[in-house]
Amino acid sequence: MSTTLQQQPTSLSLTHGQLSRRVPVAIAVGSVVAALALVLPVAGYNPALIGLAGLVLFTGTTYAASRRVEGRRRAVDRTVTTLVTSAFVLAVIPLVSVIWTVVTLGAERFDAAFFTETMRNVVGEGGGGLHAITGTLVITALAGVISVPVGIMVAIYLVEYGSGRLARSITLFVDVMTGIPSIVAGLFAAGLFAQLGGPGTKNGLAGAVALSVLMVPIVVRASEEMLRLVPNELREAAYGLGVPKWRTITKVVLPTSIAGILTGVTLSVARVIGETAPLLIAVGATDSLNLNPFSDRMQTLPIFAYYSYQQPGFGAGIQASYDRSWTASLVLMLVVMILFALARVLTNVLKPKGLR
Amino acid sequence: MTADLSHGPAAASPQEPRSPHESLLQSGSARKAGDRLFKGVSTGAGVVILVVLAGVAFFLFKESLPAFAADPTVFRADATSFLDYVWPLVFGTVYAAILALLMATPLAIAVALFISHYAPRRLATSLGYLTDILAAVPSVVFGLWGLFVVAPLMVPAMRGLEAGAGFLPLFAGPTLASGRTLLVAAMVLAVMILPIITAISREIFLQTPRLHEEAALALGATRWEVIKTAVLPYGRSGMISATMLGLGRALGETMAIALILSPAPGVVSLNTIGAQNSQAIAPNIALVFPESSGLAINGLFATGLVLFAITFVVNYGARRIAARQLSGAS
Repeated sequence: MSTTLQQQPTSLSLTHGQLSRRVPVAIAVGSVVAALALVLPVAGYNPALIGLAGLVLFTGTTYAASRRVEGRRRAVDRTVTTLVTSAFVLAVIPLVSVIWTVVTLGAERFDAAFFTETMRNVVGEGGGGLHAITGTLVITALAGVISVPVGIMVAIYLVEYGSGRLARSITLFVDVMTGIPSIVAGLFAAGLFAQLGGPGTKNGLAGAVALSVLMVPIVVRASEEMLRLVPNELREAAYGLGVPKWRTITKVVLPTSIAGILTGVTLSVARVIGETAPLLIAVGATDSLNLNPFSDRMQTLPIFAYYSYQQPGFGAGIQASYDRSWTASLVLMLVVMILFALARVLTNVLKPKGLR
Repeated sequence: MTADLSHGPAAASPQEPRSPHESLLQSGSARKAGDRLFKGVSTGAGVVILVVLAGVAFFLFKESLPAFAADPTVFRADATSFLDYVWPLVFGTVYAAILALLMATPLAIAVALFISHYAPRRLATSLGYLTDILAAVPSVVFGLWGLFVVAPLMVPAMRGLEAGAGFLPLFAGPTLASGRTLLVAAMVLAVMILPIITAISREIFLQTPRLHEEAALALGATRWEVIKTAVLPYGRSGMISATMLGLGRALGETMAIALILSPAPGVVSLNTIGAQNSQAIAPNIALVFPESSGLAINGLFATGLVLFAITFVVNYGARRIAARQLSGAS
């Protein structure tokens, strides 16, 4: 009531009843200064506390100012805007921090030796992650060879052929598979290969099977989405020309959607290449180079990073081992980033002509 | 008849060069065989999904069977029964996941709203991309980051919580000096599930019927009122299912907790900042499996089976809610 009374007389300009754009800026500057003045004497330079105090001061002051000039509804709106924006900033901090930590600590051992040497007979400093890099590439490639054809064929079944109970239950179980914990996939592979090769069998193929369990549903989901985007007119045009259904799928539907499918496949590789838990159980770890996924343990980058931290050795070797751990993490992150960039490029390059 | 049509041109002029499109048209028997083969293969791939899932359940069950009858002290020295062995792990799993969810959900929904309704349109796609990258950071990297960066940073904050809110069982303390506590593990878990909840909520928020939003705006609603009256009600079940999918991920997450917490398979404690933290199923398997053999392995398989059952129920529930949302929208 008091606000309406205040607003009635004064001028008739369009900006009447609105906070000037300069006011929030002034409040922001004031809040930062006040937060510094409040926190510095008590807790020293603590960015988290200063940020929090500044945010509280800014939100409170803006609310009060806006409520006085613009009314309660606008004031609430401003508060929510501040909170939502700071939530986003808060969510970005971990990402920046992770990347910063991995890059700075990983740079220590990011040298030629890391890419050319293994850990065989290495105690303490030196050595490298060649065996882990090759292991990750071999196992992930094998997982891709298993899951990409299966995943795309399942998607084709669901979109082009599927109907009735079988299709419905497959859709449901693909969803369920998406939610399988990665460690359970590892246990499954361990159980399966214990059956095939005796208890305690660990090899790259078992790891690839475990990763496939995690990868297939991602490929199915992505491909299914893309196949559904193909306009029905294209299929009908092909049928109308007398082209059989399977040729329509391979020559019309798949080429139209191939960009999206390949993007989905790339992203699914990015998702599983960093999986640690299933490989820990199904593949184990080794210090030597092993390029044969069908026998004996293999090393992989995530496991290398994990064990380099978990079992760092002793003395001066501990720091060297931690450094290798971070470099393995850095290489892994780089691979993931490259795959992400590749997915973006693929989307643009492979778009059907006319849409480009 | 259609077979005749496709057969016709090729049969009429066998010597003439075929146009490129004619390679698509085949003789009747070939096309039938091709169609049948292709349909068979794709159906077979679909059945593979069912077989694999059945295989997961079968092998987990088969490897767990010996554990149910075995002497429980094989799994943990002071266990009195199999249930006594599993219960603390189940508690730890659910407890850590719920703590993570409490931290991640409000933040994730705010971030989704920021991307869908606050950020400039031009920026929105790149910002969505940023959260996707967060989702692709390998869990072992998150674990190392939590251990080396978050844990030391959080020690003063945890001391503060202990001093200020120590009367709550959550913050009973005494604070572990290394900072490797359940609270830190749950924070890292929260960062890991945040992009999942954000991605799904963002999709749902963007699907809000334009007319609902414009109607609210036309009535003079502020941006927050548009969100409150049009966007959030529309996206409610989507947000619930996103949260449950995040819960499913948090329940099964392994490496972050395995790196931050040390194994303590028998502890049931609400204390999130002390030295004795409840351990969860998945990290327990990762920590113990490589050093185990014989019946202990079977015991770990049994805990894996329990985890599989829990996540199955949670994910199934999430999908049911999501399915209701879709049918309601159309």
